[in-house]
Amino acid sequence: MLKIKDLKASIEEKEILRGINLEVKPGEVHAIMGPNGSGKSTLASVLAGREEYEVTGGAVDFMGSDLLELSAEERAREGIFLAFQYPIEIPGVTTTNFMKTALNQIREHRGLEKLDAVAFLKKMKEKMKLVEIDQSLLSRSLNEGFSGGEKKRNEIFQMAMLEPKLAILDETDSGLDIDALRIVANGVNALKSSDNATIVVTHYQRLLDYIVPDFVHVLYNGRIVKSGTKDLALELEEKGYDWIKAEANLETA
Amino acid sequence: MRSDEQILEELTNKEYEHGWSVDFEADEAPFGLNEDIVKFISLKKDEPQWLLDWRLKAFEIWKGMKEPKWPNVKYPEIDYQNIKYYSAPKQKKNLESLNDVDPELIETFEKLGISLLEQKRLTGVAVDAVIDSVSVATTFKDTLGELGIIFCSFSEAVKEHPELIKKYLGSVVPVNDNYYAALNSAVFSDGSFCYIPKGVRCPMELSTYFRINAANTGQFERTLIVAEDSSYVSYLEGCTAPQRDENQLHAAVVEIYAAKDAEVKYSTVQNWYPGDKNGKGGIYNFVTKRGICFGDRSKISWTQVETGSAVTWKYPSCILKGDYSVGEFYSVAVTNNMQQADTGTKMIHIGKNTKSRIVSKGISAGKSHNSYRGQVQVMKRAENARNHSQCDSLLMGNNCGAHTFPYIDIENKTAHVEHEATTSKIGEDQIFYCMQRGIDEESAVALIVNGYAKEVLNQLPMEFAVEAQKLLALTLEGSVG
Repeated sequence: MLKIKDLKASIEEKEILRGINLEVKPGEVHAIMGPNGSGKSTLASVLAGREEYEVTGGAVDFMGSDLLELSAEERAREGIFLAFQYPIEIPGVTTTNFMKTALNQIREHRGLEKLDAVAFLKKMKEKMKLVEIDQSLLSRSLNEGFSGGEKKRNEIFQMAMLEPKLAILDETDSGLDIDALRIVANGVNALKSSDNATIVVTHYQRLLDYIVPDFVHVLYNGRIVKSGTKDLALELEEKGYDWIKAEANLETA
Repeated sequence: MRSDEQILEELTNKEYEHGWSVDFEADEAPFGLNEDIVKFISLKKDEPQWLLDWRLKAFEIWKGMKEPKWPNVKYPEIDYQNIKYYSAPKQKKNLESLNDVDPELIETFEKLGISLLEQKRLTGVAVDAVIDSVSVATTFKDTLGELGIIFCSFSEAVKEHPELIKKYLGSVVPVNDNYYAALNSAVFSDGSFCYIPKGVRCPMELSTYFRINAANTGQFERTLIVAEDSSYVSYLEGCTAPQRDENQLHAAVVEIYAAKDAEVKYSTVQNWYPGDKNGKGGIYNFVTKRGICFGDRSKISWTQVETGSAVTWKYPSCILKGDYSVGEFYSVAVTNNMQQADTGTKMIHIGKNTKSRIVSKGISAGKSHNSYRGQVQVMKRAENARNHSQCDSLLMGNNCGAHTFPYIDIENKTAHVEHEATTSKIGEDQIFYCMQRGIDEESAVALIVNGYAKEVLNQLPMEFAVEAQKLLALTLEGSVG
């Protein structure tokens, strides 16, 4: 589904991604871990199409198309979803209204008929149950005054509504208490299928107890320096990142 | 991949949709302003002597006044002698029915989405169509007449209901109130007159649609609305003008009189030609609008969506004379490219237990400047006055300006006055969030702006709220940077 070849990207002349190679197949869950500043969020942003980042090299193939050629909204319409680390507030725009607009634009792109109010509400009710989110929350302005947990649940709710092919969760677990974490993880797991894939960007092993990855990659200094199974995550939890950094520095020396 | 800069350049302001003009025969005054022109206008309109005298007196007063320079706007000196003060589309004198109206004129309004023809009218909305200085047609007059409601052009009202005009003309905006009111009083052309008798609730929206067509003319319309005891009316005015290189002056006066327990809702959707993106051309919109809540428990609400004109200068105001009277002002003022706006409101609390509410949402984009200027005045004997003001500014891009000049004058210590202000910017983060959900940039801006302006748009009569939303989106196309 996703083939990243030697991806390089900079922001304001500073090189952050220095040659990322990654392949994600349908049905898979990949975890991306790494110390602060390694480029995890940058990778997520670049894949989503954030224009502040300049791609300086490499290629990204998404379901047969050149992803880097597409604008952010085109990528979303093709099926890429980014659950933001810091979801932004949009006063005056309710989540309901926001979702209806987004969903219908995506459907239009896919040649599907727009959902009318009744069908849309039905879909909403269905997905609300998944993340235990309240109707009252959805009628408020998008993310305005939401707690950290509510914002993250709202992200997963949106993911449930938009049914992406590739979901990128950017530190979705940051700022969540145990219960919120459980709810979010359950939501993500419920949406998993053999046709879609998930990339989970995280610092901590904790989330990976709930969303079990097929592959774990460690990002350091803009490159994936180690890949393994979920056991790798456990090893990192135990030993920290120093040994990885040491190994990586040795290799480049 | 296109950068924001490129997107901005590509999507330059959508062409002003109503920039076309029609070539129909017009009856015009020569350039210039002097006593003879004032007489010319009065003669053309077949006015009685008392009105001509009133005009001439206003002209004398205007000559003795100086153009005010205090607003936060810049524009080249207006040469008052280089304007034609009268232009009317030539057509048959007596309009018995719409069949008598020049089909080209009907077509003009069709193009604007306003149908004057019986079959296609907006149901529930009576329309008075004014092209340049002349009211072209008024729909539903008979239906309204049965209820005792008078809705006709100002010129017609002068002939058919002189006693009402004599009583109320200049009672809310005196001739010497300001420079432009004086000018308007001398050369006003036409406008709407609306009278709602005691206890009558007007069953439909009344609206006037103003269209400036001829070049080099000024438009000076005069509107007067009188609501007797316990009556209700909702009135809407819409305005557009063709795209021209020269600036055109629009100096209107609107007076509203609300008696005991009466309520008048006045909405404006203004889309005068704003000038091109370099600031060339465009309408100067200098308007005096004032309502007096004369009777106890009367209420006047002003709702405006201002998206056009090169320079906007207007302060729809309420004089809260009656006890328990209420004044409201809801505004969305958008400026883009090189537009400038200095707009706001005045709420003067005179009676006891009066209330006023101000919600002003300014949106600046491009290199424009948007100023809110508001005055809340509580007079000495105004016991228990309540005011809540909220002025918000939304900046789009890095080259525009938003300014706020609130004046609060309290002379009675039982007053409760609250003022809130926010300034925000449409962040790239917000736009990106929308885009990442599959919403394209234009739709994202429209979504965000509508959310911002919702509180004001909700005040508009339903039929026009949709148009206003579309207008907002159009005006701001390509303005995020």
